[in-house]
Amino acid sequence: MLPAAYLRSGSPSFADFLADLAPDLLSARLLLNAAVDSSTLAPHGTTIVALRGSFGAIMAGDRRATMGNVISQRDIEKVFQADEHSTIGIAGAAGIAVELVRLFQVELEHYEKIEGMQLSLDGKANRLSALLRGNLGMAMQGLAVVPMFAGYDLDRERGRIFSYDITGGRYEEHDYHAVGSGGFFAKNSMKKMYRENMTAEQAIMVALEALYDAADDDSATGGPDLARGIFPVIAVNDAAGVRLLHEDELTAYVTTIVQARQRRPDGPLVPMEESQ
Amino acid sequence: MSMPFYVAPEQVIKDKADYARKGIARGRSVIVLEYADGVLFVAENPSRALHKISEIYDRIGFAAVGKYNEFENLRVAGVRLADMRGYSYDRRDVSGRSIANAYAQTLGTIFTEMPKPYEVEIVVAEIGDDSSEDQLYRLTFDGSVADEQGYVAMGGQAESITSALEAQWQAGMSLEDALKLAVRLLGEFGAEAARTLEPAALEVAVLDRNRPRRTFARINGGRLDALLA
Repeated sequence: MLPAAYLRSGSPSFADFLADLAPDLLSARLLLNAAVDSSTLAPHGTTIVALRGSFGAIMAGDRRATMGNVISQRDIEKVFQADEHSTIGIAGAAGIAVELVRLFQVELEHYEKIEGMQLSLDGKANRLSALLRGNLGMAMQGLAVVPMFAGYDLDRERGRIFSYDITGGRYEEHDYHAVGSGGFFAKNSMKKMYRENMTAEQAIMVALEALYDAADDDSATGGPDLARGIFPVIAVNDAAGVRLLHEDELTAYVTTIVQARQRRPDGPLVPMEESQ
Repeated sequence: MSMPFYVAPEQVIKDKADYARKGIARGRSVIVLEYADGVLFVAENPSRALHKISEIYDRIGFAAVGKYNEFENLRVAGVRLADMRGYSYDRRDVSGRSIANAYAQTLGTIFTEMPKPYEVEIVVAEIGDDSSEDQLYRLTFDGSVADEQGYVAMGGQAESITSALEAQWQAGMSLEDALKLAVRLLGEFGAEAARTLEPAALEVAVLDRNRPRRTFARINGGRLDALLA
């Protein structure tokens, strides 16, 4: 017979169920004994950017993971489809981050199956806060995870972006945002290039330029690797759902940018407004 | 001191089985049948909120008749079991067989140990890469499992519908043909007089192997109207 926990009526949350029944499967609940900084012991993922446009929102991430000064992986994926209408990107301790994404994906699907309907976008963003809060102990020891969440809000009919801190704090970003080691460079790049109501194509170009700028100045962010054909992962969230860009599509965008950078290595020149 | 009457175990089992059968026979029927691209579920169910058909996992669907609170309990347990398996191992390691086994054990224990058996009948359907790998597991109130070929009918008119399906169902039917057949049989045998069921009185879903990852999809609104036209 199925254990009583399975037959109990109650929470539609998979994470709560897991915490009751098999807490050992929640990596976030593990606590290291030693009070040491573990930040150089495990791979870290780096830069993620997201921006809104008239179509919805996009999220893009570079492909590098680092461990101290070593590149531990060139083709790691840090941007994932969370469910049919949202995307999650992660920076920080890669192993824990990927596990958090997996848990979040199951959490959303589980709710949808049990309740027969999807969570609202705010509901999803709040659940991510709760999951992240469980990781606070490890974050304090250097294994922090900083996610970013973007999706298309079917009720409000627009794209939305949420950023988080390591304590699970949740903040809505209205135009664009970047996290990770190259996040500052990427955010400054977007600050100059962002326009309101961009199309998906324009937003993709701005995101790729921002990641290029991040890779230009941050050693932990990987630029497009033409020799190996490794390009950033880009997810477009619009009314139709989530679409991850195919390699062919990406190649076209990246080639355009790399050729333009050969002429102007610092990227496109932002026009200066006439001062009054 | 009064002694309780002795009741033979055979009689206890028979009474419980009769009780469960009566409860199930009162409800409207559900048909689950294989078609060219997967498995089709059709239920006569005017409610938009209280489902008789639902998704368990990527390739696994669930259909039930009988008492709502009892099969809903089992459905939720199935979703939890599948998600737990998939999370602790891998998505590919969740099988319809293991879900059906868990249901069988649970129903069997409830039938023998509880004073009141569950008044439910359940189908767990799983699709494979092609139709030869599709599986339909039928579970009854006492925990028996049967591995059915091609189609299953449950509920009040199960026997008449099953014999009609035996004559009219064919392997490799199109979605449209399979749906029309199921709806016609539900209308023909569901009530005293034959009637035509309107789309609003139906709950329809498929496990469609052409869909990526999550193959379960509900069919309603315009798509259902078009398929039944």
